[in-house]
Amino acid sequence: MKSNQKITRRQTLKLLGLGAAGAALAACAAPPATAPAAPAAPAESKPAEQPAAGGGGKLEIFSWWTNGGEADGLNAMFEVFLSKNPGVEIVNATVAGGAGTNAKAVLQTRLAGGQPPDSWQVHAGRETLSYVNAGQLEPLTQFFTEQGFDKVMPQFLLDQLKINGEIWTVPVNIHRSNVLWYNPKILQEAGIEPKFPTLDSLWAALDKLKAAGNVVPIAVGGKDKFEASHTFESILLATFGADDYVKLWDGTDTMWNDPRAAEALENLKKLFSYANSDRSALGWADAMTQVLEGKAAMTIMGDWAHGLGISKGLKVNQDYGWTPAPGSDAFMWLSDSFGLAKGAPNPVQAKAWLVVCGSREGQDAFNPKKGSIPARTDPDLSKYDDYLKAAIADFSSKPLVPSAAHGASTTNAYQAKFHNTLEVFSSDLDAKAALDSLREAAADNNK
Amino acid sequence: MSAGVDLARVSTLERARSGRRAIRRDRLVAFLMLLPSLVAIAVFVYGFIAYTGYVSLSNYTTSRPDFTFIGFDNYIQLFNQRRFQENIRNLIVFTAFFLVVCLLFGLFLALLVDSRVKGESIFRSIYLFPMAVSFIVTGVAWRWLFTPGDLEPTGLNLLFESLGLGFLKARWIADTSVWPNIEVTGLKVRLLIPLAIIPVVVAAVWQMSGFCMAMYLAGLRGIPEEIKEAARVDGCSELQVLRHITLPLLRPITLSAIIVLTHISLKTFDLIMTMTGGGPGNKTELPSLYMYELRFSQFNTAGAAAVATILLLTVSVLIVPYLVYNRRAQSIER
Repeated sequence: MKSNQKITRRQTLKLLGLGAAGAALAACAAPPATAPAAPAAPAESKPAEQPAAGGGGKLEIFSWWTNGGEADGLNAMFEVFLSKNPGVEIVNATVAGGAGTNAKAVLQTRLAGGQPPDSWQVHAGRETLSYVNAGQLEPLTQFFTEQGFDKVMPQFLLDQLKINGEIWTVPVNIHRSNVLWYNPKILQEAGIEPKFPTLDSLWAALDKLKAAGNVVPIAVGGKDKFEASHTFESILLATFGADDYVKLWDGTDTMWNDPRAAEALENLKKLFSYANSDRSALGWADAMTQVLEGKAAMTIMGDWAHGLGISKGLKVNQDYGWTPAPGSDAFMWLSDSFGLAKGAPNPVQAKAWLVVCGSREGQDAFNPKKGSIPARTDPDLSKYDDYLKAAIADFSSKPLVPSAAHGASTTNAYQAKFHNTLEVFSSDLDAKAALDSLREAAADNNK
Repeated sequence: MSAGVDLARVSTLERARSGRRAIRRDRLVAFLMLLPSLVAIAVFVYGFIAYTGYVSLSNYTTSRPDFTFIGFDNYIQLFNQRRFQENIRNLIVFTAFFLVVCLLFGLFLALLVDSRVKGESIFRSIYLFPMAVSFIVTGVAWRWLFTPGDLEPTGLNLLFESLGLGFLKARWIADTSVWPNIEVTGLKVRLLIPLAIIPVVVAAVWQMSGFCMAMYLAGLRGIPEEIKEAARVDGCSELQVLRHITLPLLRPITLSAIIVLTHISLKTFDLIMTMTGGGPGNKTELPSLYMYELRFSQFNTAGAAAVATILLLTVSVLIVPYLVYNRRAQSIER
């Protein structure tokens, strides 16, 4: 009897323990259970949309703008947003590094888990295709008409933004990819005029610099994975010309079978023969720094390199100079943009955010700090420095072509292979292998 | 005395009789207590492993989820890719070098520390310290050291030059060559050793040899001094003691160290990511990095799942025999 009683007491204890464990498990299970339910939430809360518009609520913006002018520009845009939408709590979700690669990884996880941010940064153009195909973005064509964005943005840009006949993101800025940055002192000493209308003029200059032998003629990076492909797109533009260059990205290998494709790779190989040999160990910023410090004569990089110059307290056209990348005076553009998540937790605030993104006030707040130019044709010129003024002028007067290395004409899947192929080429200089893999990758520009 | 024995026997019998039910009940309760974690592990570990395996056989190769079964296509594609072949080559080379150098160096350090030098604990801490550092930090710091510089040397090259050891300068992590660069028909990749991987091995060894030392040190301390003493009395030299007594007795430790180090090396990601990013031209890229790119840059979920499955199988080829061996060793001890 006694022992029986003991057992029951023990049992009670155990049952209590079991109950506690069960409760703990239930608590553990709770978050995953709510996670899949999250996307459904906005649908339920839709009737409540209107009152939320007045003020308050939350807004989550996802980007890879974490430092320097980019972060300042983003904050300036947040200020404009808050002045128009007081009381909204902005959640600034940024992920640093890798020219957005790391951020895209985190974003993928969130999208796969059904927890999208309200709005996220994406390169305007073909890069949005994968999000569109996966049904993760809301179409914004009607929104563009409502806001009158279609009248203040260049037609070519609107055409590029269209996928399946709809516009999906609001471009905030325009960057120029095909810029050659140089050290004026070095070029002057070598007797080189910083104008390179043809590739041959570039080779002549590089020969002179190589003969002098005291600096790296042209600095090229590789550590951030896109430097070789970035240089290559400018060479492609020079080799194909603006009209045919655009056809390279149509999702077929037609243009890659053109003899000019092999020629472009040979040109790049030639350029690499003047470049530093430790390319894979340097980032683009290291390469630009070498130019600024007088260790290298020039580098081809997008105009975010201008931001690096400013951050070092240097003056454009004085401490460092720029000219369009050799062989073409076309303007190769890329653009950061924001879209509206399908199933956004705060759709009203998200739309208010997109209004700011596309507005003159928002873009003029963001771009001078970021070191880019607005995607609109009516900027307040007084806010921009000398380089940006020149870029604004070129943007409206030169032929325009989309960048491949930065998603204006390529999908994420294609970009990854494009970058890697050129990274391998930068190390192995095997033109045949590179051409083969570029032909093979062409179809990836459709997914 | 005898009465006491009888009493004890009676009480044991009693306990046994009423206890059978109690034991069964105990077992049930124990099982119920374990059930939550069993369920959690079944779902969150084995469930997702199975799911990964399933995805690797599906057509989920774009950002649009598509779970159509397509068999082993993703695997065939992977093995036909030059890039993945390079990954495998790099993985084998990296693991082999890392393992051998780490074990030898760890053993060497352990023997040094074990030789009862003054300030032994200080040396032990110094050798162990790198283990406390994250692979990320190791990768960044060694990248600075191993960046060769072009016109002007940087990092180690600068050090060598200023010490008058200019002949030691090398291309390090920017070295694009493969040694001895053999072409094998049927393979798209050249064999055997990408020279850029050697600095990465150095960094990994720097970090993990302390761990090896700790394991060996524990093993050395576990060897009874009497055995060595007996050998010495029998006229063995110190080298012979090492060769015939110490090393054989350290064999189980070596096996454990091999298992731990190999599975670390198969999964290495952060070190390579920060130190070389896989470059130059995929020459230091391991499957783990390619898996990351496949999933998060190319949005090829099925391809990434296939790489993950291959890695899992490779690790389990190592781990499973070890676990079986361990179980056997334990049951023999019992």
